[in-house]
Amino acid sequence: MISGGPTRLPPRARAAVAVARLVGGAARRAGRHGSVIGGRVATMLDRRVLARLAAGRTVVLVTGTNGKTTTTSMIARVLGGAGRRVATNHLGANMPDGITTALLDALSNHEGAPVAVMEVDESYLDVVAAATDPAVVVLLNFSRDQLDRVGEVRTVARRVGEVVAAHPRARVVAFADDVLCAGAGLRAADPVWVSSPSLWTGDAGVCPRCDGAVTHAGVRWACSSCGLARPDGDWTLVEQDTAGTVHGPGGSATALDLQLPGHANRLNAAFALAVGIELGVDPAVAAARLRDLEQVGGRYRTVTRPGGTTRLLLAKNPAGWAQVLDLLDEGPPRPVVVAVNSREADGRDVSWLWDVPFERLARHPLVAAGDRAGDLSVRLAYAGIGHRLADDPVAATRDTLGAVDLVGNYTAFHDATRALT
Amino acid sequence: MSDDVTIVLLLPEVLGTYGDAGNASVLAARLRWRGIPARVHTVGWTDAVPADGDVYVLGGGEDAAQVLAADRLRDSIGLHSALARGAPTLAVCAGLQVLGTAFTIADGTRIAGLGALDVETRPGGGPRRIGDVVADPLVDGLDGPLEGFENHGGITELGPDAAPLARLRDPARGPAAGGNGTGDRLEGAVSAGGIIATYLHGPVLARNPALADLLLARAVGELPPLTLPDGVPPTTAQRLLGGRRSRHELRTGARRRAGA
Ligand SMILES: [Zn+2]
Repeated sequence: MISGGPTRLPPRARAAVAVARLVGGAARRAGRHGSVIGGRVATMLDRRVLARLAAGRTVVLVTGTNGKTTTTSMIARVLGGAGRRVATNHLGANMPDGITTALLDALSNHEGAPVAVMEVDESYLDVVAAATDPAVVVLLNFSRDQLDRVGEVRTVARRVGEVVAAHPRARVVAFADDVLCAGAGLRAADPVWVSSPSLWTGDAGVCPRCDGAVTHAGVRWACSSCGLARPDGDWTLVEQDTAGTVHGPGGSATALDLQLPGHANRLNAAFALAVGIELGVDPAVAAARLRDLEQVGGRYRTVTRPGGTTRLLLAKNPAGWAQVLDLLDEGPPRPVVVAVNSREADGRDVSWLWDVPFERLARHPLVAAGDRAGDLSVRLAYAGIGHRLADDPVAATRDTLGAVDLVGNYTAFHDATRALT
Repeated sequence: MSDDVTIVLLLPEVLGTYGDAGNASVLAARLRWRGIPARVHTVGWTDAVPADGDVYVLGGGEDAAQVLAADRLRDSIGLHSALARGAPTLAVCAGLQVLGTAFTIADGTRIAGLGALDVETRPGGGPRRIGDVVADPLVDGLDGPLEGFENHGGITELGPDAAPLARLRDPARGPAAGGNGTGDRLEGAVSAGGIIATYLHGPVLARNPALADLLLARAVGELPPLTLPDGVPPTTAQRLLGGRRSRHELRTGARRRAGA
């Protein structure tokens, strides 16, 4: 259940917050680093400011490789409404400074926000959980993402498992179908499992518990040496075409009727329902709140332009692409502009393009764009997919009549979002 | 179907980081573009390794996956007989170490490899070597430089029956950095039989068509000219045909970080 509200700050923290607000406000007006600078300054002045800002709030932390931003937004929506305010880092700033900044904002906007829903970068879950004493920790999935930057995915998942074990009071809501995610979730005494057919098993060959070989049969998986197997779902997403129903404990069934497209969003919504209901929200109310969500930080947003529309999609790793390919399969064969960069935030290595089954785009007219359009083009050629090259992905969409999808990895997506705003 | 040239892709579930399975797709496509029927035969965890494949491909993997792969392949009659007859084989990163005589993992355990390539790998202790590299080949049949993305921490010593594949450029990265980690900028290893082993990802054959064609020529003899399908942009066609990329496209950023 949701607890009372934030506790009053001690003098040192109040001073830190006041200065941080001044700096953060100035930075935001200047359009620079507004989503993290306040938190950075406040933390410099008071190292425990994140813990003090979180004290007394019901904190939900959301981590995993893909879907953090969308699921965080969905959970915040489910827990909000009815006049209750929710603090959340909806700008996607998911490291400690960004989370601190989001709590500072909540303090200035509405002192009383009793609930904080924060997405957390996998590598910082230990720091953030230690400071915020979360009521709920959501583990979405773990797959390879920028291996050259964040370390091997198994190491990441193991560290998350250690955080789970270190916070026995937190309710852990985890994805049963993902081997590494289940391995981390099992470190909790009584995890809540969300389940649905999983589409990406590329990082699921080795057991997270004993390093044995994991074999897959349909959506079931099991370790051939220690017997670790897929837990049964407490909350199961069942899909028929593009409609989804979430089946919960005691035979409950909640129909989803989302505006956000695709399997991945129906799964994210199943997580949001499970968390909401765990925290006392009525299922029908939760589902109605999810229905209203149209876009998340520009993802899935459709922009109207002369001659047509452009829908913006983010896919920054093979698992994310598996979800986007599903989504593209659901619709007509619209033209797709794919933009790939390899800047710091993207990871410098683009070999992950070879783990994406681009063959599935054969029926779509295709444009390769972004800083690494050349490498993408080589990949598409070997996949047997005809395409053309473009320097500027947004300009390429403007060249096309009708409805176009623009899929970008991290910085390519954000560049396109900015250009289209 | 049995007349198809068969590219055998070994255990991509455990030896499949960095899109290394793409090396098999590249080989098959470059045969088909020459009018030679080809297919990729994927050997999954519970499948037997065929002895009569035309080219064998092993990719990279994380430590635990590498130990699993070594245990799984060490007693494979099919793979041993293919290697013994000198079947053309590409082994990348963990694949290189698995084909060697032995490798030592982080906890100090020494694990026997397949012994098909005269190399042994031990932990480097220092930071992982991460980044794009360019290397000049030291084997016959390759002219231009090789390029790829490396990310590994071990030190691989070559024995008398193995020769280095290439020597890295960019000595600015320090004497111990890059390649096999032996301080002489040597990269990869080749056997007197058919093994070409490297630390380069990318996948390496997608970034180095000449290396792909070297493996294919060893498998099927002289290669007919390559005809690309429609819908490939001209600059991409240039790369697929083996034309070098323009200099500014070659990134040689020497970024190294402490490994996980
Ligand atoms: Zn196991």
